[in-house]
Amino acid sequence: MRSIIYLSIGIFFGIILFKSEAASWFRIYEMFQFASFHMYGIIGSAVGLGVIVIQLIKRYSVKSFYGDPITITPKDRSFSRYMFGGIIFGLGWALAGACPGPMFALLGAGYTPIIIVILSAILGTFLYGVLKDKLPH
Amino acid sequence: MNWVYNPWPWYVSGPLITLVMFLLLMIGKRFGMSSNLRTMCTLCGAGKTSDFFRFDWKTQRWNLIVVLGVIIGGFIANTFLSKDSAVDLNPAMIIDLRSKGFESAGNAYMPDILFSNDVFTSPKNLLLLILGGLLVGFGARYAGGCTSGHAISGLGNLQLPSLIAVIGFFIGGLLMIHFIFPLIF
Repeated sequence: MRSIIYLSIGIFFGIILFKSEAASWFRIYEMFQFASFHMYGIIGSAVGLGVIVIQLIKRYSVKSFYGDPITITPKDRSFSRYMFGGIIFGLGWALAGACPGPMFALLGAGYTPIIIVILSAILGTFLYGVLKDKLPH
Repeated sequence: MNWVYNPWPWYVSGPLITLVMFLLLMIGKRFGMSSNLRTMCTLCGAGKTSDFFRFDWKTQRWNLIVVLGVIIGGFIANTFLSKDSAVDLNPAMIIDLRSKGFESAGNAYMPDILFSNDVFTSPKNLLLLILGGLLVGFGARYAGGCTSGHAISGLGNLQLPSLIAVIGFFIGGLLMIHFIFPLIF
């Protein structure tokens, strides 16, 4: 039963990513050229509404559908890992034009070469795991 | 119903992404796509090489099912919910991209030179896809999250680490488009 819920949320998210054009390489290029409001509108409205939703959840101690408290564990304090990791991610995001969600939506949409990007992203994650202790965090 | 077949405007898409994050919170889960890449490493046996991958992947099974859904969602959206998926870009961008060799700008969803099967005959473009993927996978894990975990849920939770990461995403993206693209395209 729960698997069906996860699958449905995924399908819904995949449709949004494709139909919003957030999965389009061109839209990411246009965003970094500041040539269109589209991507800023998507991210901005998602974050703005997200702030309201999460603040309401916290203020009213909203419970999950299963009755458990909703807690969001804060990320560890650091500067370097977020800044350096972020820059590396951004370089790849602009080059491949896809981040880890849209990659999979594009796979479903039939853009076969995205498989190369997905496999490389898995390999990149593996490299991070191997080099992790040598990097500043 | 015609609106379904057109690209969805930002003021529809953005709030729907928030809804996805909200639904995941309400079933006791957290929104984050890139952690699946780590789970996939574990499934491939990466635990033998680094203890970063030594965890019970079954605790992340739900997220892999979400990813399976995203793949199906991409298929449904492209096959049944789109008549013409050409992205209506800023005309100045179309001219700019075509001058860089992206002939399909304005007529397609993805650039042909990188995402049609022709790429398999172009070592340079194939290498760019590999490099892009490597950077995304490495950077997402180093930063502890990607666009969904940091930009959407992290900023939504007003976390300083996520703000730093998102600033990093933009610094990286701007460097790539404005300084590295002129060297490679």
